[in-house]
Formats: sequence, C-alpha cells, structure tokens
Amino acid sequence: MTPAPLVVVEKVNKHFGDLHVLRDIDLTVDRGEVVVVIGPSGSGKSTLCRCINRLERVTSGRITIDGVALPEEGKALARLRADVGMVFQSFNLFAHKTILQNVTLGPIKVRKLAKDEARERGLKLLERVGIADKADRYPAELSGGQQQRAAIARALAMGPKLMLFDEPTSALDPEMIKEVLDVMVELAAEGTTMVVVTHEMGFARSAARRVAFMDGGRIVEMASPEQFFDQPQTDRAKDFLSKILAH
Amino acid sequence: MHVVLDNLPAFLRATRVTAQLTVISFLLAMLIGTLVAGFRVSPVLPLRWLGTVYVELVRNTPLLVLISLFVFGFTKIGIRYSYYASAIIVLSTYTGTFVAETVRAGINTVAPGQAEAARSLGLTFSQLLFAVVLPQAFRSVVAPLGSVFIALIKNSALASTIAVMDLSFLGTQLTNSTGRPVAVFMGSAFFYLLLALPSGWAIGWFERRVAVKR
Ligand SMILES: Nc1ncnc2c1ncn2[C@@H]1O[C@H](COP(=O)(O)OP(=O)(O)OP(=O)(O)O)[C@@H](O)[C@H]1O
Ligand SMILES: [Mg+2]
Repeated sequence: MTPAPLVVVEKVNKHFGDLHVLRDIDLTVDRGEVVVVIGPSGSGKSTLCRCINRLERVTSGRITIDGVALPEEGKALARLRADVGMVFQSFNLFAHKTILQNVTLGPIKVRKLAKDEARERGLKLLERVGIADKADRYPAELSGGQQQRAAIARALAMGPKLMLFDEPTSALDPEMIKEVLDVMVELAAEGTTMVVVTHEMGFARSAARRVAFMDGGRIVEMASPEQFFDQPQTDRAKDFLSKILAH
Repeated sequence: MHVVLDNLPAFLRATRVTAQLTVISFLLAMLIGTLVAGFRVSPVLPLRWLGTVYVELVRNTPLLVLISLFVFGFTKIGIRYSYYASAIIVLSTYTGTFVAETVRAGINTVAPGQAEAARSLGLTFSQLLFAVVLPQAFRSVVAPLGSVFIALIKNSALASTIAVMDLSFLGTQLTNSTGRPVAVFMGSAFFYLLLALPSGWAIGWFERRVAVKR
C-alpha cells in the first residue's frame, strides 16, 4: 500500500465575484514530492497556493492536508496553517522585529516553545540558510536574497509538513536568485514536500518531480519537468514556454 | 499679574488636577481605543458593528452634552460617581473614539502582507493583531495620537462644568472673587501651555525614536 498523499485538491473552484479564478482543480502532492506550478500571469497560481493554506476560502470543492479537510475558521484553521509554511514573493518579514525574532515568533506563540529553545533552533535555521550573522538585524537592513532566506527559515521554524513558495525569486535581482534557489534545492533534496510557483526552469528540472502548467484557472498539463519543457503537449504550453524562453 | 502670583499655589494645584485628569483619561482612552480599533478590523461581524456604533455615536456628540447626560442621566437611575470619576469616565470614553479611529488608520498603513505572513504561521487574529499589526500601526500614528492627547488637555476643561477643580474651574472661581477675568484666564492659559508645549516636544522626540525602518 502506498502512503496517502499529503495534499489532495479535489474539484476546487474559486470565484472572486464574477471572476472565475480556479476551475475544477484536481491535484495531489505526495509526501516528499516537489511540484512546480508554472503558467502565465493571472492564471491562478497564487490563488491556488493561498487556497491550500486557506488564506483564501474556496468556493467549491475540497482540500485535505494529511487527510484532514481544511476547517472553516478559528483555532483549528490557525493550527492547520501552522503546518503549512508559506514563502511570499515580497518576503513579508515582520518589519518591526529582528530576523531572529521573525523566526522565533511562530514557534513561541503558536507552538508554545520556550524562548531559549526557540532562539536556539532559530539560530540553527538561520545558519542553515546562511544568514546567522544577520540574526539581530532588522529586515530593512538585509538584501532581498537575505530577506527571502530569512522568510524561508521563518516558515521552516514551524516544522511544517508542506512548504508553499509563491514566486520566491521574482522580486530578486538576478545575482540573488541563486542563493535562494540553492536553499530550496537543498530542502527538496532533504525530502521536504513543496509546492513551488516559479518560472525558474533550472530549479524545476533539478528539483521537481512534476510540473503543473496552469492557464485560465485550470491545470492544463501535468508532466515531469523533462517532458514538459522538452515536449509540451498543448499549444498553450508551447506558446507560454516560447515566451519565457525568449527572455 | 498679581492675581496669578498671589494665587500661585492654587494655580499649581489646579494644574496638577488638569494633568492628572488628562493623563489618566488618556491611558484609559488608549486602552478603549486600541480594543475598539481591534473590534473594527476583526473578522467577527458583531464586534465590527459594536465598534462602529460606539465610535459613531460618541464621536458625534458634543463633549459637554456627554458630560451632562452622564452626570444627570446616571444620577436619575441611581448610579453616582464622584464628579472627578465622572469626568475621567466621560473624557476617556469620548477620547477613546478618536484613539480608535487613529489606531485604525495606523492599522491600514501596515502592509497586508504582514498580517498574511502572520496568519500563514498559524497566529490567531488576536495574536497577529497584538504581536504584528498593532506594534507597527502605533509607530506610524505617534504624531496623530499626540494631537489627540493635546486635544484632551484642552477638552479636560469641560470637567470644570461639573465642579472638578481644574485650571478652568479655578479661572471661573477667581474671576468671581477678584473681578479680573483677563488676568486670571491669562494665568490659566499659561498653565495649559505649560502642559501642552512640552507634550508636543515629547511626542516629536518619541516619534523619531520609534520610527519603523523600511
Ligand atoms: N483578492 C482578489 N480579489 C479579486 N480578484 C483577485 C484577487 N486575487 C486575485 N484575483 C484575480 O484572480 C486572477 C488570478 O490571480 P492570481 O494572483 O492567482 O494569478 P497568478 O497566476 O498568481 O498571476 P501572477 O503570475 O501575476 O502572480 C487574476 O485575474 C487576479 O486579478
Ligand atoms: Mg501570483
């Protein structure tokens, strides 16, 4: 018997008013698997991520994480979010807290860890992403790449079952993209379950097991990175790939 | 000027009353206002309603009317507070609405991504409000909160209408006994300034100190 998948998205639809943003999305993510989500702007990639940890509420359909359906609101939902780490395009580090305080806030408030222990673990995580020397700095004092690595450490500090990345490198200068991708490749190699919205083909090829191509609110293609990038099946995927390759 | 100098101890006592009235009412108003601002951005609809009704009702009623209603209305139904306590209750309830609106404006300056990041860590609404949103909101509204404080110093004068012996009450009292209203109220004005001006400086200093680096 194969273990049950960690994330199951079934027939999910999402409307923003009249706008139909997600259409009958079905997606499963196995434990330890990395799925890259790719697609043109406005295709619903961010919305899918946000639905998976319930920053947005789905209009219809079902999402389960580790066999548990997403609760409606309140404490149960908060607890579930704690198990799903999210990394944003714009980092969203807490501006009034030091890097270390950013990393320890969740463990202290949500996991009720003792301050000392949270600090110790936080420092280890910062070391792991290569910014231990910035522990006592404020976010504004760090480069974009360093901020994003801090944001990754902050999410990891909760010991999440799943990590969601929404275009983690799109706001970065080219020379900083690699330092963030390196951390992500390492996480993937360690068996972290990840859903990554990114147009970084190099990352997809080296770390992802599957690529989901979204367009117009649907998952139009789902394939291995090799197959998707070398032999896209649909015209829309071909068209999209030719555009991002042209850059 | 002799009137003022001759009554210097009385002026100093009255200045202390005004200062106490202001500081205590402000602290209470900060508490009320912060809580109400939290209500007004909360995901719970009845709380949002409660916050809105309180702010709109109290803010749009003249302070003098509120004071009279409180003192005479509550006396009528058998509840009596001392005049001093009544003044503090009304001043803080009234000022609380302005604090609430100011803090709410501050909350709106905090990037939505901050609350989202906090939610995605699993913080509950009140946790993210107190740990992430409010600390940043306050930093951006130190100056407007300072204006609320200075307005309160002056609003506290209305406490004199219910016999709280503050600077304005003293002014009226001395006018009656000396017949020198201009000199007397110049004295009152001087002591009000003595409270308000340094407050303004302190607020400016505090604002620079806590500014959020972005
Ligand atoms: N809160 C919202 N309210 C209304 N419409 C929204 C909201 N969030 C997203 N949308 C709309 O939903 C559609 C999908 O948005 P989404 O952000 O998921 O796309 P995306 O694939 O992530 O695009 P991008 O590559 O530009 O980030 C867009 O048309 C967007 O304008
Ligand atoms: Mg997006």
